[in-house]
Amino acid sequence: MNTTIMLFLLQDGITNGAVYALLGLALVLVFAVTRVILIPQGEFVTYGALSYAMLATGQVPGTVKLAVAMGVVAFGLDLFFARKALHARLVLRSVALNIVFPVALLALTYALVGRNTPIAINIALALLIVAAIGLFLYRIAFQPIAHTSVLVLLIASVGCHLALQGLGLVFFGAEGLRGPALSNAAVSAGPLRFTGQSLAVYGLTVAFIVALWLFFGYTKTGKALRATAVNRLGARLVGIRTTLSGQIAFLLASVIGAISGILIVPITTLYYDTGFLIGLKGFIAAIIGGLVSYPLTAVAAILVGIVEAFSSFYASNFKEVIVFFLIIPVLVLRSLAAPAVEEEKD
Amino acid sequence: MSTLLSVADVHIAYGKVEAVRGVSLEVGANEIVTIIGANGAGKTTLLNAIMGVLPLRGRTSFAGTDMAPSDIEDRVATGLSLVPEHRELFGTMNVEDNLELGAFRIAKAVAAQSLERVYALFPRLKERRKQLAGTLSGGEQQMLAMGRALMGAPKLLMLDEPSLGLAPIIVADIFRTVGELRAAGVSVLLVEQNAQAALQIADRAYVMELGEFVLQGSAKDIASNTRVAASYLGFQHEGESAI
Repeated sequence: MNTTIMLFLLQDGITNGAVYALLGLALVLVFAVTRVILIPQGEFVTYGALSYAMLATGQVPGTVKLAVAMGVVAFGLDLFFARKALHARLVLRSVALNIVFPVALLALTYALVGRNTPIAINIALALLIVAAIGLFLYRIAFQPIAHTSVLVLLIASVGCHLALQGLGLVFFGAEGLRGPALSNAAVSAGPLRFTGQSLAVYGLTVAFIVALWLFFGYTKTGKALRATAVNRLGARLVGIRTTLSGQIAFLLASVIGAISGILIVPITTLYYDTGFLIGLKGFIAAIIGGLVSYPLTAVAAILVGIVEAFSSFYASNFKEVIVFFLIIPVLVLRSLAAPAVEEEKD
Repeated sequence: MSTLLSVADVHIAYGKVEAVRGVSLEVGANEIVTIIGANGAGKTTLLNAIMGVLPLRGRTSFAGTDMAPSDIEDRVATGLSLVPEHRELFGTMNVEDNLELGAFRIAKAVAAQSLERVYALFPRLKERRKQLAGTLSGGEQQMLAMGRALMGAPKLLMLDEPSLGLAPIIVADIFRTVGELRAAGVSVLLVEQNAQAALQIADRAYVMELGEFVLQGSAKDIASNTRVAASYLGFQHEGESAI
């Protein structure tokens, strides 16, 4: 291998690694706040990417209708659980969030969709659609069982993944899609050529990591989310609603997933079920980070990306095997280092 | 004196086992009330249920409003606060962040004033404000737990065993602070195994045994009750036998 090839592989690995880093951070965030291992993270990626790709071709993606349907179910759940103490304020809030927001989004999508719609508007629409789905997914599938064990939450998570993947096939079909690049600019540095797209990937990843750091370190809401992760009862005792923390975590995770999807869909063809594999690589990074450490997760994600790039060069048939094998030494090391703990009851 | 907290005929069960049976109690404005009793009498269970951590059967009202439909977060918003036995601090966050989160539901300007008051009450916390809560000593953690609860400007502060596992000199400090809270317009419902210290600062007291109140009255009367003296204060009056 010569230096040029190595540089190319490194560049490729870092670009993919940056996307895995975003997904890994979202997984750590959701797990820390809600104890849910977010398997459907990959679906947020495909939904974001393919909704964006469909909007770019002037079609209305089925995801926006799913958002409306999920909103109606979420509204029903809100009413059902609050049936003993139904305040007007509560109902109005629920109508605004669960009915007005997705319906407005549906109307907006139909009004704006077209072949010549600017890329920025398509991105915004795709993000809003996936954000709504993420929010309602928490309300419908996880909020009612928020107090149960990690295992129950994991089973629900797998169920959501299967359901959303199946719906993905209905919405986007079995054919792969590609979306338009965010920018066609390119810069050359020696033998390397940096496309606008890959620069956007680096830029957005760094921006997101900095933004998350500022959010969790310096804002009241961010600190409240951390507090919920550290001690749920303690958080409730100071008046932090853990359901709201869960909603914010899912909202952030779905937006991060959708952004990752929109970033990669101009580079690789995505299918309705590609997201799962991409999400799993973020998951590997999150596991290496112990599902708690954000910096370790980001570093591990870059490592996963680089290992993937090199193994696809040397042994492309075994690319995924090599990447997923990374998790085994990590788990062995962790099981040796960490004392046996019983799952904490909530 | 107006009634702040009223609890009537409350039952609390863990599955089929009733831990608290038919308990009624009241706490007035600007009053310090204590519940004393042996380990396992149901004191902590009662406090947790009043806060909404555990479900209960019976009538409860706070500041004249029925508490049944409200959850923990609503109760915090109406001015009820619990410092639990295990303190439930945010261990990986620093002292100042813990206190700041105590004022989660309070306007920023008011929270700044509360912070000054809490630092005046516990100067040690100000010295340690950048230290992680999990690395504080037991006494400092108790101060932080109380400080965090006070940041929310509660009308009634419920303290669960604040003296547990602390050195006597720190216990004295904690109880002195509880006494000072009354001057700041905060009522206190204190659950304690250290009956002597609790009865000294309280206005009224309830004695709990096996999930029921067996005695109630002014703290003075309870302290001089022979049965209480024998069981909880560690001495016997002549000619009496301990129960």
